[in-house]
Amino acid sequence: MFSLDLLLNAIVAGILIGGFYAAVSLGISVSFGLLDIVNIAHPAFVILGSYTAYAMNRFFGFDPLLTGLLFTPVFYALGVVVYRLYYLGFERKGEESLRGLVFFFGVLFIVEVALLLAYGVDYRMIEARYVGQSFHIGVVGIAFRLLLPCLVGLMVTVALHLFLSKTFYGRAIKAVSQDSQALRLMGVDPVKIKRIAFALSIATASLAGALLILIGPVEPSIGREYIGRVFAIVVLGGMGSISGTLAASVILGVVESLTATFSGPSWAPAVSFGILLVVLAVRPAGLFGR
Amino acid sequence: MAWHGQTGTRRRWIVGVLIGVMALGTAWAPAAQAAEPIKIGFGMALTGALAGNGKAALMAMQMWAEDVNKKGGLLGRPVELVYYDDQTKPAAVPGIYTKLLDVDKVNFIVSGYGTNVIAPLFPIAMERNLVLMGLFGMANNEKLKYKNYFQIMPSGPNPALGWSQGFFEVAAKQQPKPQTIALVGADAEYPHNALVGAREHAKNFGFKVVYDGKYPPSTVDYTPIIRAIKATNPDLVYVASYPPDTAGIIQAAQEVGLPVKMFGGGMVGLQFAALQTKLGSKLNGVVNYEFYVPEPTVNFPGINEFLARYQAQAEKAGVDPLGHYIPPFSYAYVQILGQAVEATKSLDQKKVAEYIQANEFNTIVGKVKFAPNGEWAKSRVLMVQFQNVQGSDVAQFKKAGTRVVLYPEDWKSGTLIYPYSKAQK
Repeated sequence: MFSLDLLLNAIVAGILIGGFYAAVSLGISVSFGLLDIVNIAHPAFVILGSYTAYAMNRFFGFDPLLTGLLFTPVFYALGVVVYRLYYLGFERKGEESLRGLVFFFGVLFIVEVALLLAYGVDYRMIEARYVGQSFHIGVVGIAFRLLLPCLVGLMVTVALHLFLSKTFYGRAIKAVSQDSQALRLMGVDPVKIKRIAFALSIATASLAGALLILIGPVEPSIGREYIGRVFAIVVLGGMGSISGTLAASVILGVVESLTATFSGPSWAPAVSFGILLVVLAVRPAGLFGR
Repeated sequence: MAWHGQTGTRRRWIVGVLIGVMALGTAWAPAAQAAEPIKIGFGMALTGALAGNGKAALMAMQMWAEDVNKKGGLLGRPVELVYYDDQTKPAAVPGIYTKLLDVDKVNFIVSGYGTNVIAPLFPIAMERNLVLMGLFGMANNEKLKYKNYFQIMPSGPNPALGWSQGFFEVAAKQQPKPQTIALVGADAEYPHNALVGAREHAKNFGFKVVYDGKYPPSTVDYTPIIRAIKATNPDLVYVASYPPDTAGIIQAAQEVGLPVKMFGGGMVGLQFAALQTKLGSKLNGVVNYEFYVPEPTVNFPGINEFLARYQAQAEKAGVDPLGHYIPPFSYAYVQILGQAVEATKSLDQKKVAEYIQANEFNTIVGKVKFAPNGEWAKSRVLMVQFQNVQGSDVAQFKKAGTRVVLYPEDWKSGTLIYPYSKAQK
């Protein structure tokens, strides 16, 4: 069954889905990788982003990508509120490890139930002109449904990378992940920096959710399917490394795609997590971790 | 005068109280005598992955209880549904049913929706020799052979085979006869069972299996799978999938351009308005299973009235606005239980079970007769083809013409547009 045509298509499909994985994983990379906050509710915020895109598309005819972009400030504000609750309830008291995890489980359920009550339990899809369209470059077929999420994922990754490496707040976020006490001695409030970073991670969920509903139908609890995958990507890429998250997303996407094409799709998770184990055995800090 | 006046007031007050008490007593007497309700207990998926179907099923069951109570109840007693959310979790089932039986003291139990929540209910029902009405369980009783189990999904006495029989019967009649088939499905309970049947049919009908694969339910992109299938150049593709994969596979097939002669078979989700309206014309040509479609050949007494009432309430309740899949059957499985109670004039589990086993029932999904294993005595899985679907208007799916019945012959309402690519034009 092997052919060059299949191989090229599998690699391109893997890269495309990898770009999307990056968009979904970036928020976790910031919150878990940089801030050490195990925000297990992040996929639920992604689904909230999907439903926001769905509602704006259904009632006002907005393009999902536009909605994703427009709602990033709203999600940022939501992130500020969630972090404030987390900080006051757990982090300030030094109870963030286990009780903080329970808190985010609670947030996950609250978001799911709220969506359930508002939209019901049916699967929701979105209408956009480019969904269902595709084009060919030589033997390689590319679907807009997958190309756009990939491009947007790449753009968000680059933007976040530039923000973290070139701006004052970005460097402060990196500093808070390394030594918050030292940051305080420099006259910067680490709690404020963490709040900004966490809110930023939730803001990415708005765009990631819009991309998710472009790719396929969603229902309120579908975010749980992504929890294992996104944490695996962050660990594989190296905790807190944005470029590592992108690389790991593409690696995972390509490996899944190649496995699904040539060895049977049921092997895809086993091969992906096998690679994660091998990488962690060789480089415990992940591909780009320090 | 004042004293007399006071006495008069007191007398009037006492008389008023007496009359009031008598009036209340008169009003309460029949209510007290109107006996306790007959309680039917169940767990239902009101949250979780299958909640869409669970909520619609519950609504239909409540409509049945309402209908029965309007007519005076069962055996002169009102019917009461006692239910809890099983969260689509099999692990929640034993606790729910133990409470229903031991605390709520229900008279009968019926299952929640789906194979996975029916399975853990068997030990409880078998231990107490209870009648167990099943709602859309696939081959749950194959190994247990519990005599008091009756399942309403019309997949016939051998569900794994009955499920895909129509797809293969229709394919085998085409000229020139297809030679090869690809089988693909999610790595989960239902697709596993459906693919077992499909493999056996492929062997019996003489189709060569050129691809046989399963994918994890968490798969996001289906294009690599569809490309791999395309590379094997099959004439037929049989898919056993759940709603999110169904949408992903159909979209990927469109984008890749799957040049097959027949495509579909066991795709869950295409029975609901949510996917039908969003996939729209992409559905044209897909051949898939159904249990009820509004074709003129598939018309049972009471079904149209039921659907009209259901559809009027559905949007407000946030459930499937068509209600063609689960709701009529969830109405029917309690309808059968009610008819058996009335006929036997008893709440005795053994008598009711024996009656259900021995008799045929007229329901809103037609005549129902059970085989010894509790499945329908004869399969009535419809194989339909999506034709003439345009845009995303839900109204087109409420009328005949968009899902034409190809099999069984008794219910046939149109002919297959063959090959798949022709129906898409």
